[in-house]
Amino acid sequence: MAASFGVSSAAVQAVKSSASPLPSPPVIRSEARPISGRINRSRKAGKIATHAVAARTENPASAASKTGHEVLLFEALREGLEEEMERDPRVCIFGEDVGHYGGSYKVSKGLAEKYGDLRVLDTPIAENSFTGMAVGAAMTGLRPVVEGMNMGFLLLAFNQISDNCGMLHYTSGGQFTIPTVIRGPGGVGRQLGAEHSQRLESYFQSIPGIQMVACSTPYNAKGLMKAAIRSENPVVLFEHVLLYNLKERIPDEEYVVSLEEAEMVRPGKHVTILTYSRMRYHVMQAAKTLVNKGYDPEVIDIRSLKPFDLHTIGNSIKKTHKVLIVEECMRTGGIGASLTAAINENFNDYLDAPIVCLSSQDVPTPYAGTLEEVTVVQPPQIVTAVEQLCR
Amino acid sequence: MALTRRYLHLLRPVFSARLLTTASTSPISIETSLPFTGHNIDPPSRSVQTSPHELLSFFRDMALMRRMEIAADSLYKAKLIRGFCHLYDGQEAVAIGMEAAITRKDCIITAYRDHCLFLGRGGTLLEAFAELMGRKDGCSKGKGGSMHFYKKESGFYGGHGIVGAQIPLGCGLAFAQKYSKDDNVTFMMYGDGAANQGQLFEALNMAALWDLPAILVCENNHYGMGTAEWRAAKSPSYFKRGDYVPGLKVDGMDALAVKQACKFAKEHALKNGPIILEMDTYRYHGHSMSDPGSTYRTRDEISGIRQERDPVERIRKLILAHDLATEKEMKDTEKEIRKEVDEAIAKAKEIPSPDPAELFTNVYVKGLGVEAFGADRKELRAVLP
Repeated sequence: MAASFGVSSAAVQAVKSSASPLPSPPVIRSEARPISGRINRSRKAGKIATHAVAARTENPASAASKTGHEVLLFEALREGLEEEMERDPRVCIFGEDVGHYGGSYKVSKGLAEKYGDLRVLDTPIAENSFTGMAVGAAMTGLRPVVEGMNMGFLLLAFNQISDNCGMLHYTSGGQFTIPTVIRGPGGVGRQLGAEHSQRLESYFQSIPGIQMVACSTPYNAKGLMKAAIRSENPVVLFEHVLLYNLKERIPDEEYVVSLEEAEMVRPGKHVTILTYSRMRYHVMQAAKTLVNKGYDPEVIDIRSLKPFDLHTIGNSIKKTHKVLIVEECMRTGGIGASLTAAINENFNDYLDAPIVCLSSQDVPTPYAGTLEEVTVVQPPQIVTAVEQLCR
Repeated sequence: MALTRRYLHLLRPVFSARLLTTASTSPISIETSLPFTGHNIDPPSRSVQTSPHELLSFFRDMALMRRMEIAADSLYKAKLIRGFCHLYDGQEAVAIGMEAAITRKDCIITAYRDHCLFLGRGGTLLEAFAELMGRKDGCSKGKGGSMHFYKKESGFYGGHGIVGAQIPLGCGLAFAQKYSKDDNVTFMMYGDGAANQGQLFEALNMAALWDLPAILVCENNHYGMGTAEWRAAKSPSYFKRGDYVPGLKVDGMDALAVKQACKFAKEHALKNGPIILEMDTYRYHGHSMSDPGSTYRTRDEISGIRQERDPVERIRKLILAHDLATEKEMKDTEKEIRKEVDEAIAKAKEIPSPDPAELFTNVYVKGLGVEAFGADRKELRAVLP
């Protein structure tokens, strides 16, 4: 039990004592206190971005202040990538159509023109091999960012991700580090068909040695991308096909977001709702209805899928005593299933009711729109679940 | 050919039906415009046996396929088709030539650019459009979508979204054919992008090792989404990459050349094991409807190919040159085709979406449900929202 709490602070310790010779900006904690000392390369003198909570466009205060710049989520990812490539010449990108085409979701647009064809490598359609290539390159010190055009294609590279990416640091007794980032869009989109609507976080979560994070806002997308690239561990960054065009105002100054921490989206006291990626938006939609009905849900975007931020989650449960998990994974073997087990193990005494986990149906995602809608969790279900939990 | 026969009995006697019924089946010999190039094999003759009936049906079937794809483009822009939609216009000759050389007992398996191959295998326009629009009478009950068209009874095995994954499947089909000694072959189709997948070479090795009746057909349209073939492959001579497996390079825009090559390949595969056919073809649309198709190739290139090598135009010119039909008759055929396609779309639009209960059917074969049962195995706990 102590280990789960320990992971979070250990990671913080690692950042503080990072041997990296390059300057690091403040790491933002979810309690909104900057922790590491030096503030470098701030374009606005003395200003640090201290909010881990995404600056919401509905919030009149932050919109009126007009600091920062507006970006779409895919642009935020690109900014993060570009800043890291600028900062560290070892960072390179591998993927299909990432270079000349600019990326199928425009995340790497313009980077090949800037950094050349070797640093932004257009690979043939050979996922297993180019992922393996990335691992091999990482073993010698390069820091490749591998893009799966759709996360589902990375199933072809499962062996490379699991055995080589995840395990080589261990099996070599610590000799090799594999600082790769594996990223790409996944999740259920708009009628993309079964094979293009997969949630690989379910399958990868058992792989020892990798970290998994899921971004959900332009702010955390950029922060997580940067953190993932800087991490010495292999990180899988899950993006979502439907979230690329989200718009948000993000800080001009440099920031990195912690890989192991969850994000407090909406503090509350009646129930803890744990979610991530696209489902965060379904939850927030349901939250509006719930607030109108007099409920006060606490919404946490867990962000870190492996390891779980049980510190933040635990503090919330100690306050509300009720947990609802809303995820896009399928019911069987998903992130929700693991989170349920972890919470039951660690916080059983604090629960007033059994944990409710809303997940997608255990079916291949159908093409027909009406069926696809029923496959994933919709806001009315979330409202009903909270009402039942809080009875 | 069988495709048109299927329509003949449905149509009232109109121009093209009369044209086809009266068209002669007496053989004529036509030379392909380009020779075949062989790798470790003597290529077949350039002289192809065909007939007026066959040429006219080629025209009709290809024009139908072309019209279906253009209509799908409009439907996609009207948001009636969603998700991914990969169109085949420009490549029709491959589907048609192949069908002309084989039977429905032979198997075809392909990737996601499958609408026209489905039609060639006897699929109807209605099934195709219904599936594209996600309606319950689509060929996969609306659950598969554009990338998952199948027709088991005609030997069409799909319809696959993941690049290259269909090739080992095709190897399996060929294995089963050898196993049952039924003298049929499998055509497994893939693109120039998929040609760099490791699983292709694994499957190739196995097919060659066990002399499977496998024909690997590379539809080389020269672009793997946005990446040109020379940027993805050290050797874009896909017909040579089988090394120990013989290969043939074919002008994929010439339906007669394709027919000749497939006939040759089938004979070869039944006697000597696998062979690779590289079809030199072209797609007018982008990779999919989400790709404009103009950022990595020039409009001049696209219109140039359309002018010089378009498969439908080729057959039209052949028909006119041999006096098999008049210009007016051919234009009338095209008008009929347009009407047929429009009618199928109108009918498909009327079909309702699948029932929500369909979400749980076909996950397993009947008897094993997806609904979670309670501890006593009787009380149903998971219900539809």
